[in-house]
Amino acid sequence: MSGAAEHRTAPPMQSLRAALVLSRREQINLIVAVLMFGAAALLPVLGKTYWLSIGISVAMFTVLATSWTLFSGPTNYIALSTAAFFGIGMYVVGAGLPYMPFPALVVVAAVAGALLAAVVGLATLRISGVYFVIFTLGLAELVRQIVAWAQHVMGTSSGLYVLLSISDSAMYWLLLGLAATVYLVGWFIGRSRLGFALRIIGNDEVVAVHCGINTARAKVILFVISCTFASITGALVAPRWSYVEPSIAFSPFLSFEVVIMALLGGVHRLWGPLVGVIPFTLLWEFISAKFPAQTTILLGACFLLIVYFIPRGVVGLLEDLVRGHVGGSGSVRGLFQRGKTDNA
Amino acid sequence: MPDGSPDAAVLRIEGVTKRFGGLVAVDNMSFALSKNEVLGLIGPNGSGKTTMLNMISGALKPTSGTILLHGKDISTAPASEIAVRGIARTFQIVRMLPSLTVLENVAAGGVFGHSRRWGRELDNYARDLLQRVGLRGADDASVAALTYIDQKRVELARALASDPEVVLLDEWLAGLNPTELRTGIALIEQIRADNRTIVIVEHVMDAIRSLCDRCVVMNSGMKIAEGTPKSVLADAEVIRAYLGDADA
Amino acid sequence: MGVIIIGLLLGGTYALMAVGLQLQYGVARIMNLASGETLVCGAFGAVWFFTAYKLSPLYALIGVVPLAFVANWVIYRVMILPLVRRAKSQGQLEVDSILATFGLSFMAIGILLAMFGGEFLAYSYLATPFVILGQPYALNRIVAFLCAAVLCAGLYIWLHHTRAGLTLRAVSVNPSAAGLVGINVARTSSFAFALGGAVSASGGALLSMFLNFDASLGVIFTLKALVIVIMGGVGDIRGAIIASFILGLTETAVATYLDPGLTLAAAYMLFIVILLIRPEGLFGKRSS
Repeated sequence: MSGAAEHRTAPPMQSLRAALVLSRREQINLIVAVLMFGAAALLPVLGKTYWLSIGISVAMFTVLATSWTLFSGPTNYIALSTAAFFGIGMYVVGAGLPYMPFPALVVVAAVAGALLAAVVGLATLRISGVYFVIFTLGLAELVRQIVAWAQHVMGTSSGLYVLLSISDSAMYWLLLGLAATVYLVGWFIGRSRLGFALRIIGNDEVVAVHCGINTARAKVILFVISCTFASITGALVAPRWSYVEPSIAFSPFLSFEVVIMALLGGVHRLWGPLVGVIPFTLLWEFISAKFPAQTTILLGACFLLIVYFIPRGVVGLLEDLVRGHVGGSGSVRGLFQRGKTDNA
Repeated sequence: MPDGSPDAAVLRIEGVTKRFGGLVAVDNMSFALSKNEVLGLIGPNGSGKTTMLNMISGALKPTSGTILLHGKDISTAPASEIAVRGIARTFQIVRMLPSLTVLENVAAGGVFGHSRRWGRELDNYARDLLQRVGLRGADDASVAALTYIDQKRVELARALASDPEVVLLDEWLAGLNPTELRTGIALIEQIRADNRTIVIVEHVMDAIRSLCDRCVVMNSGMKIAEGTPKSVLADAEVIRAYLGDADA
Repeated sequence: MGVIIIGLLLGGTYALMAVGLQLQYGVARIMNLASGETLVCGAFGAVWFFTAYKLSPLYALIGVVPLAFVANWVIYRVMILPLVRRAKSQGQLEVDSILATFGLSFMAIGILLAMFGGEFLAYSYLATPFVILGQPYALNRIVAFLCAAVLCAGLYIWLHHTRAGLTLRAVSVNPSAAGLVGINVARTSSFAFALGGAVSASGGALLSMFLNFDASLGVIFTLKALVIVIMGGVGDIRGAIIASFILGLTETAVATYLDPGLTLAAAYMLFIVILLIRPEGLFGKRSS
């Protein structure tokens, strides 16, 4: 394939076998990404414990926000259930640690999250986006209630001791690795038939259906992938607190923060959420230190500001600047076209 | 001349009715579609033609009656399944995928439908189709930049991309000037020459006369005539339906 | 038997919050995720009136309802209308209004926390037993139910027998057609949104007579209201009322025979059943 012909071919045209053949632009993106991850991996080496702790938060929220975007970006369905899956991951580890090794529990958490996501998805994604949002709104609270009830029935207390020590550095690298995995998965999906199907669905679901796409199945698969990552994250960070409680694990603030960060960054690019996570985490450190009593109000206010004034996120703003006008000729670029500007 | 006898029938519509609350949009319609024929579904505005088409493509479900594709009941099948079984369509108001290029719009039809392609094969096939509908060179353009007519061509190419057995054209020739009309009619003839079966909903009588082997005329949801274009267009009741009593 | 009566009493009182949301979603077409917070505000209002002025919640309604009406009117005008104008499709409006009301609900929770702190608030009003069919029930539950019944009946009559109510129903059926026959859709939607908020708040005031409230309970009420509205079918107030009873009964049954901590699970169970069997709800119209 000549360079010119390759450049003309959009990613969806390449079969999976040719997926490993990258266009020049994609090669550059890959190198940049590897360099960035390499640089990020050096953080623990610097020896600053405070910054490492922030780094862990950033890495964790990057995974959560990016995997959230994997689903909610292309489908425009707002999933408010991150905390439910995160909490499940935490509780699987908390409850299972006396009985099984940690790595096995992470796998169990992933499976549990995937199963719940499949059930929720199959029940709600066939119908309409509104039902989905409502269902996810209370899902964390529902799971929390069921977990509390189950423990009540079994006679154990609802808080669990997680007695496994993982150094901050190790946790950071684990989360970084997980983030890299999310990006890889997102990138592969983007080049796959599923990714193409999602772009079509995102443009016009009627057309998608008439092209033979089983839209419900595509959405469910994507939702399952997204939630599995959230569960794995919960499992991985469980050792960070030695005592895990339902209010921490299933905190509604978590779902809210993840949505804010993703929206702030922009949900139409895979790397959008990262742009939202970093400033928001830093901002949040500042706010919760200075105004501890008003955090909820400020959180809500931030959210509203984003919804009203930067609906396409910082990434959207940047793209408008680059293209020189606001509104971008109506083309909301597909989620998985990484930074391409050669298409009209 | 295909006569719609059972062995030749690709599609059978049997007693199909569609109610929207109190409104009966389609009333006990029955007809058959033979292999490789071009069937015209005509009638005045509001007679239920597009509703009928929507039921065949699966966008709507009949309130009663059955639709059989090669003897298999597809009345309750979801539209995606019907597309996979080989029925493709265009829409009365063109539906483009705005954030995809022209080529991707066409390719969209060829990945999940009746025939599935991917990669280089899909790429070449889609470019080929674009050329056939007269849009060579527009591959990487944005669909927003195209004229309405060109968008219609893209939609046709998208429908053909899945290699369908049956093509449903919903007023695809509407709004064309005489030259465009001639090209459009030639295109549809080409599609028939590809051994496909076509149902066209149209108001352009010239096209009906030159393209259709048979016509089914609807009025107020019911079938009022069936036969060759020449015979139905001379039918008194058909004339009355279109022009009113004074001219019958 | 006792379970049934308590369930009915509870369900009837839930009806108000469901009808409130019904007005906002069915007419103004706004999925208001902050409606639970409106309810909690109504409850807190009643608590405040009672503890500060020793006023019965029934009198508190007189203060709470207009306040809620005005507040929701302002919210619609200031927050929702810009979204309506900006939205290019109903789908986008739904997403935007969900996000906006979600953010609003967090702010509201924060404000309530700042004003009232994080503890549960309760007061004792009419907590005397009243005997029905040989079993004692809390009088406050009965009174709350009766008030809710009166209010719901009033609303139903208003919606179906007055011109103004007809306007609301017309907009809920088809906003563009309603606009074509001369109805000011924007003003009707604002009114419906404000009215919905007022009804939800009144529901909260009545519920406060026998339930304890804290600032964070809003979400749970929003959810229950949503489940009821979906169960009943968007667009018909009778559906919401019947569904409220179903939820009240189910919840009471689950709380009595299984565990009081599983009430949300009960609501979700109903939700799943409806989604699987009849997604358009009891009285809803199946969209083709």
